Amino acid sequence: MGYDLRMRVWRGDASGGDFSSYVVPVEEGEVVLDAIHRLQAEQTPDLAVRWNCKAGKCGSCSAEINGKPRLMCMTRLSSFDPTETITVTPMRTFPVIRDLVTDVTFNYEKAREVPAFTPASSNAGGAFRMAQVDVERGQEFRKCIECFLCQNTCHVIRDHEENKPSFAGPRFFIRYAELDMHPLDTLDRRQMAQDSEGLGYCNITKCCTEVCPEGIHITDNGIIPLKERVVDTKYDPVFLGLRIGRRRDRRVVGPAGGSGPSPIKRPGGVPVGTRVPAAPPVPATPAPSLPAVARSASASASASAVPVATSTAHKADKVKAALPAVGAAAGIGFLAWALRRRHK
Amino acid sequence: MTETERHDYDVVVIGAGGSGLRAAIAAHESGARTAIVCKSLLGKAHTVMAEGGIAAAMANVWSEDNWRVHFRDTMRGGKMLNNWRMAQLHAQEAPERVWELEEWGALFDRTDEGKISQRDFGGHRYARLAHVGDRTGLEMIRTLQQRAVELGIDVFMECTVTRLLLDGERIAGAFAYWRETGSFLTFNAPAVILATGGIGKSYTVTSNSWEYTGDGHAMALWAGASLINMEFVQFHPTGMVWPPSVKGILITESVRGEGGVLRNSEGKRFMFDYIPEFFKGETADNEAEADAWYADHINNRRPPELLPRDEVARAINSEIKAGRGSPHGGVFLDIASRRTAEDIKRRLPSMYHQFKELGDVDITKEPMEVAPTCHYVMGGVEVDADTQSSVVPGLYAVGEVSGGMHGSNRLGGNSLGDLLVFGKRAGESAASYVAHLPARPGVRETDVSAAADEALAPFANPGAENPYTVMHDLQDHMQSLVGIIRRGDELEKALKEIEQLKTRAKDVSVRGTGRAYNPGWHTALDLRAMLTVSECIARAALERTESRGGHTRDDYPATDPQWGTVNLVLTEKRGNVQLDRKPLPVMPDDLKTLFEESH
Repeated sequence: MGYDLRMRVWRGDASGGDFSSYVVPVEEGEVVLDAIHRLQAEQTPDLAVRWNCKAGKCGSCSAEINGKPRLMCMTRLSSFDPTETITVTPMRTFPVIRDLVTDVTFNYEKAREVPAFTPASSNAGGAFRMAQVDVERGQEFRKCIECFLCQNTCHVIRDHEENKPSFAGPRFFIRYAELDMHPLDTLDRRQMAQDSEGLGYCNITKCCTEVCPEGIHITDNGIIPLKERVVDTKYDPVFLGLRIGRRRDRRVVGPAGGSGPSPIKRPGGVPVGTRVPAAPPVPATPAPSLPAVARSASASASASAVPVATSTAHKADKVKAALPAVGAAAGIGFLAWALRRRHK
Repeated sequence: MTETERHDYDVVVIGAGGSGLRAAIAAHESGARTAIVCKSLLGKAHTVMAEGGIAAAMANVWSEDNWRVHFRDTMRGGKMLNNWRMAQLHAQEAPERVWELEEWGALFDRTDEGKISQRDFGGHRYARLAHVGDRTGLEMIRTLQQRAVELGIDVFMECTVTRLLLDGERIAGAFAYWRETGSFLTFNAPAVILATGGIGKSYTVTSNSWEYTGDGHAMALWAGASLINMEFVQFHPTGMVWPPSVKGILITESVRGEGGVLRNSEGKRFMFDYIPEFFKGETADNEAEADAWYADHINNRRPPELLPRDEVARAINSEIKAGRGSPHGGVFLDIASRRTAEDIKRRLPSMYHQFKELGDVDITKEPMEVAPTCHYVMGGVEVDADTQSSVVPGLYAVGEVSGGMHGSNRLGGNSLGDLLVFGKRAGESAASYVAHLPARPGVRETDVSAAADEALAPFANPGAENPYTVMHDLQDHMQSLVGIIRRGDELEKALKEIEQLKTRAKDVSVRGTGRAYNPGWHTALDLRAMLTVSECIARAALERTESRGGHTRDDYPATDPQWGTVNLVLTEKRGNVQLDRKPLPVMPDDLKTLFEESH
């Protein structure tokens, strides 16, 4: 019951890019990632895509499929009409490295700011006692596979590069919520979640919850309770001066991570003087050229999109400015998906 | 001089799964300047796929449990071919390592008393696996990742090591490339800990991800280290069979631990027909006793569905071959008729989700179709049990890339404990080795440029081979000739095919636009390690003329006591793989008495 799937895949890097159109033979029961892999193996071996488990457990293959942020391994082709052309673009909120792969360092830097779980005493000999009902609240958030689709879809940073330094995003709000709900933790991170991590930017549109492949109730069970707990530290509507929820057992802390060089290393992190130039030009290879159909079809496919996106690209975001086509397609696709979602 | 970034560390850990992260934490806490180098993003390593739990004799559920029982189960599960000292250390230290995770923020499921809950698993006498639903690996990797980040350990993500660098016979560092740019790095480090996982990508049907290309096994061999037990490859009994795109994806043993049973197309619980003599004393021979065992482990024997994985995988294989399989070529794994929908969703949430999303199957209403899938390699770098050091000074191996701990067959749940117990030991011993070095070894420039030339060769190659095609052909041969049931003539054929593939791999050329994130290039580089480990597996499998654990010979179906005292050791001399026999370390008498009890 196989058929020929028509796909448009964004190809390019930080300096620019374009859509390429492909026709891929696919089989019953396959997912979008299968089609991408077949493209790699048979038509375009240098198509960059990040993936690992192919079972929705590792959160590596995040992308935007027809504008909707999804895991490619969990998007079944049977959810589309066989005549439909499927468009795959990289996550928009993060800088493109190449093709469908984006630089998600932002998230690893935000992770460094989280003050770690700090119990009052040692667990030697298995001394900790916690009730199942108490750990279950935190367990919901620890289901997070760090696909960063919630970060990608969040409008606070999706088209607002300037908000990134002061906004940790939904993935980390549920981390703060998890720690706040941990029965044995001794730190109070509520104020820092508000002041340094940007919890107040969130206006509860629930887009993050909508795209979470793990079905975590990010907004209802994480962000809203966390916001309520933050308010508790400031205002008591009943007995003025007696703050509800004040937690004498917890010590108020600020962001962790320190101010030194980041331990998250990036290419080119070398002492001055030994820096490597960009990878040298590749020796000419007489290998067979790519199928002509792929590239020639791509130019016309995306031509109309280019001017739109160029004008809307954010100035501060040089990568996005270099990616007119992906910006427009992702933007329009995402908008269409978001509008459809609202109507539901 | 070759253009590369240069980085100086005391200890470089290759791999960021459970063992790599635990080793890095230990090395860092021992005062070593430590770096983690990993092929994927942090938190995506294969540990994330582990589902069932961490085996540790904490005795939270059955007070009768202790390290001696766990040790005995481990040795018997490995058909007594395990390195006894590793099995002992593992059983003794696993509880402390689990409690430590909890101190770092892990949230395990609880007993009614508020202790860590423990579940039943194949080959374990008592309910012993600390777990979080069926996503224990995710909990473990996230906890260790968060601990490593808290400690500020340097991390090089999406960075692939292609060669270990030596100074004489000692480790001097490692050579790597960034996926993002294709540019090179040289690590100057007197100690390297391999934590690279397994080899499953050499097979077509596997539960393993693209990362499992045997890099650590191959690099250790090339650097002068020895590999043992490579003939023992674990085929997990229950992988998905349909739809085709998910064939091989793991279905946790917890399904059986929670009460699931295996049936053939006639509806029969066929495992009762496959109880081996070795396990008769402890296995129920009728359904009533097997079902009563879940509530009362003391007065009933365990269900045959919970025999060690090698036994169950072979049984499923036989049923399918005998024509009693399911429509898509597996057998039925049924939990729907045995537990309530609510229980299934609570205890096995990932399995419910996985089948619903990928297979359109509601496991609370209908049975799953399952068949064996390549899951784990028991073989690996030969290491000292207490320190995890290989024969190459400065080179350590931990987790799946090390060999010995699991003998000829690993029990479920013993992998995660292995990662933690020996990760800590490896990190500490590597740091201590570096601290006591009189002088730091130096990387030779000629080795660096040779490694760079080797890495770039596929770009300059005029050949016309597609790296993906060569990889697929290797997988096909390994699957059909060196799979779950083996024969001498087929293994010989496999070795010939591997030789031809080696020649073809030299003709692999890379097309495309350059070195930045070029998966065709990465596949071309992965082929070297995949071919090396495949040859090692086939060579050792041909040599061992018996059936034991994860190695089943159709032409030698019996387990031979003579072979029970022998490890096969592989080394490389002048580019050729050598195979030698080596006596198994002998267990001291006080431990031997544990095996003389009635059950």
